[in-house]
Amino acid sequence: MTALRHTWQVALRYIRALLRQPAWVGISLTQPVIWLLLFGALFKRTADIPGFSGGSYIEFLTPGVVVMLAMSSAWIGMAFIEDINRGTMDRLLVSPIWRGALNLGSVAQSVLSLVIQSLIVIGLSLALGARFSGIEGVAVLIAVAGLLGAVFASLSNGIAVLARQRETLIGIVTMATLPLTFLSTALMQESLLPDWIRWVAKFNPVNWAAEAGRSAAGPDTDWGLIATRAGLLTLLLLASAAFATRAFNAYQRSA
Amino acid sequence: MKAIEASNLRKAYPGGVCALDGLSLAVEAGTIFGLLGPNGAGKSTTVKILTTLSRPDSGEARVAGLDVVRDAQRVRRALGVVGQKHGLDPESTGRENLEMQAEIYGLSGSARRERVEQLLERFGLAEAAGRIARTYSGGMQRRLDLALGLVHRPKVLFLDEPTTGLDPEARAELWREIERLAGEEEMTILLTTHYLEEADRLAARLAIVDRGRVVAEGTPDELKSELRGDTVQVELLESANGDAGFALSQVSGLSELTLDGRLIRAQVDNGAAAIPSLITALERGGLRVASATVARPSLDDVYLRHAGRSFQQADTNTKEVAA
Repeated sequence: MTALRHTWQVALRYIRALLRQPAWVGISLTQPVIWLLLFGALFKRTADIPGFSGGSYIEFLTPGVVVMLAMSSAWIGMAFIEDINRGTMDRLLVSPIWRGALNLGSVAQSVLSLVIQSLIVIGLSLALGARFSGIEGVAVLIAVAGLLGAVFASLSNGIAVLARQRETLIGIVTMATLPLTFLSTALMQESLLPDWIRWVAKFNPVNWAAEAGRSAAGPDTDWGLIATRAGLLTLLLLASAAFATRAFNAYQRSA
Repeated sequence: MKAIEASNLRKAYPGGVCALDGLSLAVEAGTIFGLLGPNGAGKSTTVKILTTLSRPDSGEARVAGLDVVRDAQRVRRALGVVGQKHGLDPESTGRENLEMQAEIYGLSGSARRERVEQLLERFGLAEAAGRIARTYSGGMQRRLDLALGLVHRPKVLFLDEPTTGLDPEARAELWREIERLAGEEEMTILLTTHYLEEADRLAARLAIVDRGRVVAEGTPDELKSELRGDTVQVELLESANGDAGFALSQVSGLSELTLDGRLIRAQVDNGAAAIPSLITALERGGLRVASATVARPSLDDVYLRHAGRSFQQADTNTKEVAA
């Protein structure tokens, strides 16, 4: 109960900050919309390649863009660094707040904004003519993206608390996100990937989310595949949330 | 009863910087205790350890009777902290800041509402309660910080350089508030400060910290009276002639006597007690007195004696090391 209440209080604080800057929706959507329109146009003919199964490239690309949106949760740690520099974090750490709430509240906010952004992206691709399996399929796509987003947000928060430097977080996020995107099926069908990328992608959580989300939103839904990928993401989330919470111990040792 | 006890605290930061080198102190419940020292002396590290934010490498500390390492969670409920930096969330309103703090300490519903409104009223923030804290003046932000530290009615309050950066008016206001908390609300307050006058004015007892240890402890008056005594200065209406020397020799206990035109200066154990006999002796010798003043030794003198360097000097040195 206390844990839940504390998590809600932390989430509420970040959500309110978000609502006070309504421009965030527009700004944070620029990138995914550009991906959708630009990659959609650039790789349109991909659908004509022999071996590409299924409908249009936009239909294929949309789950990939939703997953890439989830990766932008990796920036959420910036708010922690600000809280640390300001003294807000210290005020919370000398209070009896449940330590897990600090990360989970921030994760909740990032997942909430991810859901809203995903709905907008999916709406846009529907307008561009894409068709999906149905409401449940889209819901599962958003759910696995949410899991991935929560993993990235937790890792980001943990790194933020340990590093306490904007530059470090920016460096790590920039270095990690691009390869993770391209070493996955976010943009390209698996059968068309080079062998070594296909092999690496098996261990890439971004790919787990892309496969599961695409399977859910696409015509031939494979629930077994979705369950294993979602299971792996859940395990990863537990580990990364534990890491973020424990990072505070290290912070307090060196404070 | 002791509200705060620390014994032999040691703490080194990565890189081998020794922040605390066996610091011990004890604070009687219901009193204001001042930790005085230059930047880098170890005041903030002491506060961080006592408030569970940091852990000592060795040594023990108890706050409200509870061990700060083993019983951290219960200690947190008993104490309030106003840190050196602002703890408030600048993107939330004053009221939202207080509401969140109240919820963290388990106050909700009407209890929360009452407490929040009460604090807003008391700290003169009621009108600005719906405004984002970022838009507050420095003094208002400091008052909100203090209100945040008081939401759960802590028994022990830690104020880490609370008046740094405030203008004189806001500082005086905060001083009155701090005195009121110790007086009416019987709170134990540990205050770290950099300002000698602040320690002198607020603290019932104080400890001078230098290089991670307490080098002197006592009431401000005790510390000052460890020095030779008071400086007495008498100004005569007319320039003194030879008579002054004779007149002054009738007064016992004067030392380091200087005569300079109309000005007489001397050291004496108790200035206030010496003044009447000094004036009588001078008047008897036909010398009329225009004014007489007693200057007590300042905490700066005390600091100089115990730390072996003047306060300003120590401060500048640490700043240079830090830079």
